[in-house]
Amino acid sequence: MLTVTPSRTNAFDADAFEQFIASRREPEWVTDLRRNAFEIYRELLMTELDPEEWKRVDIRAFRPEKFSIPTLTKSVATFDTLLADRAEFAGFITHIDTVSSQPKLDEELARQGVLFGSLSEIVQTHGDILMPHLMTRAVTPDADRFAAWHAAFWTGGTVLYVPRNVQIEKPLHSLIGMATDGAADFSHTLIILEEGASATLLEETASATPTAAGLHVGAVELLLADRSNLCYVQLQNWNDKVWHFAHQAGRVEASASLQWTAGAIGAKLAHIHQEVFLDGKGAAAEVNGVTFASEKQMISYYTQQTHNAPNTRSDLLYKDVVRDHARCVWRGMIKVAIDAQKTDGYQRNDSLLLSETCRVDAIPGLEIEADDVRCTHGATCGQVDEEQLFYCMCRGLRRVEAMHLIVEGFFQRVYDRIPVEIVRETLGQAVEKKLGIS
Amino acid sequence: MSSLLKITDLHVSVDEKPILKGVSLEIRQGEIHALMGPNGSGKSTLAYTLVGHPKYEVTSGSIEIDGVPLNDLDPCERARLGMFLAFQYPVTIPGVKVADFLRHAVTNIRNPARKEGESLIPMRDFRKELKDRMEELGMDVEFARRYLNEGFSGGEKKRMEILQLAMLQPKFAILDETDSGLDSDAVRVVSEGLRKLAGPQMGVLIITHHERLLEYNVPQFTHVILAGRIVETGDASLAHELHNHGYAAVRQRHPAEAAEEQEHQKVAPKVAAIAK
Repeated sequence: MLTVTPSRTNAFDADAFEQFIASRREPEWVTDLRRNAFEIYRELLMTELDPEEWKRVDIRAFRPEKFSIPTLTKSVATFDTLLADRAEFAGFITHIDTVSSQPKLDEELARQGVLFGSLSEIVQTHGDILMPHLMTRAVTPDADRFAAWHAAFWTGGTVLYVPRNVQIEKPLHSLIGMATDGAADFSHTLIILEEGASATLLEETASATPTAAGLHVGAVELLLADRSNLCYVQLQNWNDKVWHFAHQAGRVEASASLQWTAGAIGAKLAHIHQEVFLDGKGAAAEVNGVTFASEKQMISYYTQQTHNAPNTRSDLLYKDVVRDHARCVWRGMIKVAIDAQKTDGYQRNDSLLLSETCRVDAIPGLEIEADDVRCTHGATCGQVDEEQLFYCMCRGLRRVEAMHLIVEGFFQRVYDRIPVEIVRETLGQAVEKKLGIS
Repeated sequence: MSSLLKITDLHVSVDEKPILKGVSLEIRQGEIHALMGPNGSGKSTLAYTLVGHPKYEVTSGSIEIDGVPLNDLDPCERARLGMFLAFQYPVTIPGVKVADFLRHAVTNIRNPARKEGESLIPMRDFRKELKDRMEELGMDVEFARRYLNEGFSGGEKKRMEILQLAMLQPKFAILDETDSGLDSDAVRVVSEGLRKLAGPQMGVLIITHHERLLEYNVPQFTHVILAGRIVETGDASLAHELHNHGYAAVRQRHPAEAAEEQEHQKVAPKVAAIAK
């Protein structure tokens, strides 16, 4: 019997980087991007992280050297996916330990010029389409050390490109999985919608086992040209041994509309920097968050809604439930540029604390330069109401069951905003599973 | 054999203040009892104590259904044994649909051994049953999809309590001022609703200040509570008399309790309000 230990690159130093570059055999413009990003990464490693974003997120226990990018051997692993098999998809792709499956895409869509596949493939085949967008407009390497690290070492991920006026009715599905203990995943999601295009991408992350430690340093870029419509969902469902760092940004041009839902169930520690930019007149973004942290999990969000053009609308609603010794941090900001008159900005975070030992920090914020805007923000934080529990118990529900019903009701307001039924169902079931009901 | 709810010499304190001072009462399935008394006399305290609100401490005495003591059971276990309280102030449960809530409740009440996660009663049967009950009570079936009591008017909330009563078919139902705060049309709807539901399988304790609910649901027994004790028990005519003439005559007949009531009101004007 032969036991094969996967060989890996050694951490993320200069030698490892050169080896990594050599193994990729990418077009020169991609290699140049990586080299530039690696330089920035080395500089930013020496620089303190922005305290405004990071002061409530303790990453002292994080040891990057424990993780490495698995070599390109195909992993065989199965995943409890939450979304796959649940609906008919127009296309799907999986990335396991950075290795992408052969993507499937509806033939008619392919004929219409839709690209759907792995970033590693598509930079080779359609570099001209990706070049203007890849890490130039939404997430740039100089944003912070994690963005730079990602830009130097991205390993693949899903690309969706939808040409002008092409409408994709059915959702597309993407799964990012980690199977090997100590694996690092640097997936990059890049969605480009040309004018008048529309699409829905449902993406989930999952671990093959409950014990394999992992690192995700990811990026999501959503680029919406005029009058396009995107519904993007990312359901983060790693096991609780995974460190998750992600820089995610959407840019929304004139009269385009982005609906973005972030679900966070898993991870040991997750920090997501999420930004929406309303760049064109009449652009709109709705951002939904469903977070459920338990045990010793720490889930942190730094969200920004940046209004750069007049008559733009943004509406963010995050709901978190925190239990045991878990922590949630949400730092939100609405920024309104001087030209962005008639902005309508809204942000709200509601937290429900299920134990005496959990903790939530919710800090909304506004920075407004224009003088004719409507911006509202709010945060609530509370425990399950004893009178609600009593009422439920008087109707034959046990205390724990009543608590669960109240938790599900708490999230319902976010579900009500999500038009895609399978997303509502999936989030609901993920929450139920975590509650231990199903 | 019909079931018996037996309350024996019940003493109850709230925040260590005695509110009930020896209440005894027997209610059989099929009987309608009215409980009347001035504000602060302990009516709501008795209601909350019977269903097991944790703030109401039983210092002595017992509550039993067919000999099974309830004192140490939590509200859920009591509900599964057949106790039901129609709340004076029903709570709102945001995001939980009436239908989902009731499906859980009905399943648990009909299958008292059920544990969380075990299957709920079949959706199709449940929906039909719920729709039928709603139609009988003149309720818009759309209510089933609304979140429990969220944005409901006072009358809608009370009707929702009656709908729950209809779905759960408890052995013993306590109605805590279900007719208060309602206009006369709403009182009629609730009263008629209760009349349809109360039958040989249900013992009813109606707590009320008004007579309307009792016109539709004529009590065999009327109890008057004063300063935490039941001081008189009569038939429907006693309820009628109290309604027409107030409690002055009762206080005259029971000067000791009346004095206690006055004393009590100086100390704690409205202890019953704690539960609200």
